[in-house]
Amino acid sequence: MSVELYVVQFLTGLANAASLFLVACGLSLIFGVTRIVNFAHGAFYMLGAYLAYSLTIRWQTPVGFWLALLVAAAIVAVLGAVIEILLLRRLYRAPELLQLLATFGLTLMAEDAVRLIWGPEDLVGPRAAGLSGAMTVLGRPMPVYDFVLILLGPAVLGLLWLLLHRSRWGLLIRAATEDRDMVGALGVNQTWLFTGVFALGVFLAAFGGGLQIPRDAVSHVMDLSIITEVFVVVVIGGLGSLTGAFLAAIIVAELNAFGILILPGISLVLTFLIMALVLVLRPFGLLGKPLAQSRTLSHRIHGAWQPLGGVGRSAALAILICAALLPLVLGEYGLGVASEVLIAVIFAASLQFLMSVAGLDSFGHAAGLGLGAYGAALSVQHFGLSMEAALLIGPLASALFAAIAGWFCVRLSSIYFAMLTLAFAQIVWSIAFQWVEVTGGDNGIVGVWPSAWASGATAYYWLTLGCTTAVVLLTRHLTFSPFGYALRALRDSPLRAAAIGISRQPVQHAAFVISAFLAGLAGVLFAFLKGSVFPDTLGIGTSVDGLIMVLLGGFGTVSGSVAGAIVYKMASIWLISNTDFPRLILGGLIVLLVLVFPLGIVGTLQQALAGRLLAGNASVRGRT
Amino acid sequence: MTRLSTLAALLLGLSTTSQSLAADIKIGEINSYSGLPAFTEPYRKGWQMAVDEINAAGGIRGDTLVVISRDDNGKPGDAITAANELVAREGVVMLTGSFFSNVGLALGDFARQKKVFYLAGEPLTDAMVWSKGNDYTFRLRPSNYVQAAMLAEEAAKLPAKRWATIAPNYEYGQSAVAVFKELLKKARPDVEFVGEQWPPQGKIDAGSVAQAVEATKPDAILNVTFGADLVKLVREGTTRGLFRDRAVVSFLTGEPEYLDPLQADAPQGWIVTGYPWYGIDTPAHKAFLDAYKARYNDYPRLGSIVGYALVKSAAAILTKAKSTDTADLIAAARGIAVDTPFGPITFRAADHQSTLGAFVGKTAVRDGKGVMVDFTYRSGNDVLPAEADAAKLRP
Amino acid sequence: MKPILQAEGLRKSYQGVKAVADVSLTVSAGELVALIGPNGAGKSTCFNMLSGQIRPDGGRILIAGTETTGLQPSDIFRLGVGRTFQVAQTCLSMTVRENVQLALQSRHGGLRGVRTLLSRFDRRFAAEADALLDLIGLAPQANRPCHELPYGDIKRLELAIALAGAPRLLLMDEPAAGMGSEERAGLMRLTAAIARERQLAVLFTEHDMDIVFSHADRIIVLSRGTIIAQGSPSDVRAHPGVQAVYLGTGIFAIGDP
Repeated sequence: MSVELYVVQFLTGLANAASLFLVACGLSLIFGVTRIVNFAHGAFYMLGAYLAYSLTIRWQTPVGFWLALLVAAAIVAVLGAVIEILLLRRLYRAPELLQLLATFGLTLMAEDAVRLIWGPEDLVGPRAAGLSGAMTVLGRPMPVYDFVLILLGPAVLGLLWLLLHRSRWGLLIRAATEDRDMVGALGVNQTWLFTGVFALGVFLAAFGGGLQIPRDAVSHVMDLSIITEVFVVVVIGGLGSLTGAFLAAIIVAELNAFGILILPGISLVLTFLIMALVLVLRPFGLLGKPLAQSRTLSHRIHGAWQPLGGVGRSAALAILICAALLPLVLGEYGLGVASEVLIAVIFAASLQFLMSVAGLDSFGHAAGLGLGAYGAALSVQHFGLSMEAALLIGPLASALFAAIAGWFCVRLSSIYFAMLTLAFAQIVWSIAFQWVEVTGGDNGIVGVWPSAWASGATAYYWLTLGCTTAVVLLTRHLTFSPFGYALRALRDSPLRAAAIGISRQPVQHAAFVISAFLAGLAGVLFAFLKGSVFPDTLGIGTSVDGLIMVLLGGFGTVSGSVAGAIVYKMASIWLISNTDFPRLILGGLIVLLVLVFPLGIVGTLQQALAGRLLAGNASVRGRT
Repeated sequence: MTRLSTLAALLLGLSTTSQSLAADIKIGEINSYSGLPAFTEPYRKGWQMAVDEINAAGGIRGDTLVVISRDDNGKPGDAITAANELVAREGVVMLTGSFFSNVGLALGDFARQKKVFYLAGEPLTDAMVWSKGNDYTFRLRPSNYVQAAMLAEEAAKLPAKRWATIAPNYEYGQSAVAVFKELLKKARPDVEFVGEQWPPQGKIDAGSVAQAVEATKPDAILNVTFGADLVKLVREGTTRGLFRDRAVVSFLTGEPEYLDPLQADAPQGWIVTGYPWYGIDTPAHKAFLDAYKARYNDYPRLGSIVGYALVKSAAAILTKAKSTDTADLIAAARGIAVDTPFGPITFRAADHQSTLGAFVGKTAVRDGKGVMVDFTYRSGNDVLPAEADAAKLRP
Repeated sequence: MKPILQAEGLRKSYQGVKAVADVSLTVSAGELVALIGPNGAGKSTCFNMLSGQIRPDGGRILIAGTETTGLQPSDIFRLGVGRTFQVAQTCLSMTVRENVQLALQSRHGGLRGVRTLLSRFDRRFAAEADALLDLIGLAPQANRPCHELPYGDIKRLELAIALAGAPRLLLMDEPAAGMGSEERAGLMRLTAAIARERQLAVLFTEHDMDIVFSHADRIIVLSRGTIIAQGSPSDVRAHPGVQAVYLGTGIFAIGDP
């Protein structure tokens, strides 16, 4: 291939990097100052594109185009500021994951909202007036607009640099990024600084969205398609580092541009491969710095955990008996739903063990579930094994993968750990998606039905209930075993844990593997319940579902996720079958729950109970 | 409070079954309404119109046809939950619908396991009726194979020898390319495939892809991308001169769902399959078009046709069947003839595939909009393998 | 007497800047040694090298005759080293007793292997934990969640945790920081008494010169990464170099009568 091709390919990569950078730097800026992991960044990007679409079709002049982009971004920035004031401001002291959950809720709402306002169809805006032609580079035509983008990236980086280094506001932002207490000491009103930074970040995202008008179709899925990529860029660059984001955007875009020349199928997995590689070699990204101790810890704690006392055990037993008797009242459909809910309970309980006990927030827990499901499906399909064998093989497949991936993951901490788990999960997903000969690709594996004895709805429900009970009991037992205490020591205080002889990596690694094994069991049960397995079990959506269930139940609790899973799963099944805009309602509910019950359902209940106990008799501290 | 009452409602909802009139014949319908509104909304309009027409004409032998519709959230797993609800709780006599191939396959396998009749609408994968076909599953739409065969036939007439392909990186794109390659090679042993690009669905890096394809210097290009990816590809490719002096053959691009968003950017002279609703002058289609426009004040998309023909087919099967038992429905559906806006079709007894066809033509831009010109209707009959051969493809 | 802690020629630089250059020191059983110096003298670096958190660029560390240079903190614990931190480090989600129990479990090998998965935590070593809590006067708080404790009590709990490892050497980084003056003196008296009784070697840093001069048996003074003086409190007080380093800081004035 010729040199000309490489040059043009490089320039094309630079143009792609520019739009990626614009969105990523907003995210990085917001994280750096407010420590908010803004999942809604993609939604703001999408809103920017929709508004810009509406304006650019009206103002089709060279000035009008750019004005439209700026106005659209400004409107979205104002919206962002309003959201910051009404919602996020109440969450700055909350754990990062709650912020993630709230902004995820906003994203869901935005998706349905744009459908309501702009309709369901993809919209194609006009090309940039005056910039729609091509310029010839070494005999090959390239869009003029790409050159504008190539210049825009460094220009925005430069402007931000000036803002950060040549203005008092910028000084405050940098101070807040590096040392939050210092800003307080400078006597600055932090509240408005945060609002301002959030609005600026949103402005950049929305502007980035508007810039896509001449190249892309505007649709209600563009938020999710950008958000993961942007997270990856920000993490590769190092959270909070603008230059890092710039570098990472260029690396990702260029590797993509050149990767497809060599291996055309690579783009699906390339960014995640790069992220995994960078994180393994540099645990804080290219230019990132170690994060200060996360606030998450202190907020997980609401009194010392204790095994259930007599009353608690009786209540749990009563619930179990009621659950076992459900087939008397529920029909086949009801039992199917109940089994699905129980499987969600297993999945959530396995994630909660990892998150609440071990303090490891995994964004890739879907890999545990999905590998269990695929392990089961493949052993049935290719090796003709029975369901009983698959019930063991699936979880083992998950555990085996976790043993490998976990070895790398537990070397990292906090958000970087989370992103590396996400990268591994995405790599597994793309293998399932692309390796059609073995996994059937997107068409999945069908015909995975239970053995005859378990094929009735009641029998399968009881099987699932048995597994669920075992998993919940096991996670509780582990929580109160010496191993569980070692995990909690590592979570509460890594320094203390080391000083009393607990070595972090092997202990956390073991927790990672156990958690994946249990998630794998959920996967097997899911596969046999549905009779099929598809790559979406490995997708980001499944991981997010897990996070929501744990947070909803209360991640400061031992088994709150049981309640979280039941409520979330039932609500989402009901919403899907009974409303036209399930995302709007579900998103709204999530945001509301975060605001009203930040401790989760069980966490809130526990607090209410504890409050009553304390008020009644201060000496009641029932040890078991 | 709200949470409690919601929970209570959920529990009640699970344990009670909804009441129905004895004279209703209920069929279940599942599709990706919230995930793919651009396709499923015209589709819903289509089947709703068909339901009303059928009931206005006396229903199914006097009984009212009722369609109970559910969203599958774009996920096979959720589709199974919905199917369970429809079968076990609502007591529907058959399942219909779905858009995604994986949802269709999951429902087909569910039908086999639970011995329920399933009439698939949109899923394109050949596996639906062939490698993973089963007794309980029928499919309306012309499959991937049919589209590929129609396009390969046209492609074989071109002088082009060097071909490059661009297809989304998943089963649909992969099998579309594979079938097209195979059929074109059979018709024209002299062609060679010099390059292939597999952009991820929904995330095409169009500039780089266009450049990479250009570098292989093909005479012609096969495109399988659609939706937002197609928009990006067309824009970048056009600006970069990728399509200049090159033949392009493209799957589905002539369907209004994909062509209309492009507006004036629509490509010109591409050989495509699609649905030129503005130019079909058969009486059957005219009647459909007029009724649709009058009812919705909108023009139909291909989804409207699929939804409409799907419920018409279901009604025909129910009318012909001795009872609503699954075995009777299967017996009735085998070889049944149904009138659709595209003309009469039959559901082939050997592989349960309908002979619904598609229009093959060229794209052009008229009044700032993309349209199909020089099109002809190709029935599935013309291109499907003979029934005896197709039967061998089934397990 | 044979030293418990022996460091020879420790060196550490950060990006070319020498934080610690050629520090050698020893601490013997039953001896309280204070490591002092102005801010930036290299106390923390020195301390973190001894406890294994930082790997030295050069030199070696022996604890009870075993070389520990380059070992992880968790390994160093097994050689009989207890540690307290400038900002107290305890497990806030556990009760006071559980904090001590955990260290006891660890010392008795109870946090390794499959057995840690199978057994229950709560009843093991409870009596020993209570004895330690009694020793430091926290017995009445044993069942309280740790995060409810006032900071002074948490500092004392840290001492109990450190003692649970049956250490031969205690490394205490500003043990009295953040406590009231009454509490400080009490904690140091307690530490000194335990150290003498159990023949522990204690190395501590402290900013409060009052505490240092009234409780340390020996004082080591660091300045710019090197030891400029060491000896008994009175020797150090009289050392001209020390006075020069601290001149004008007013530190000596605080504790002097």
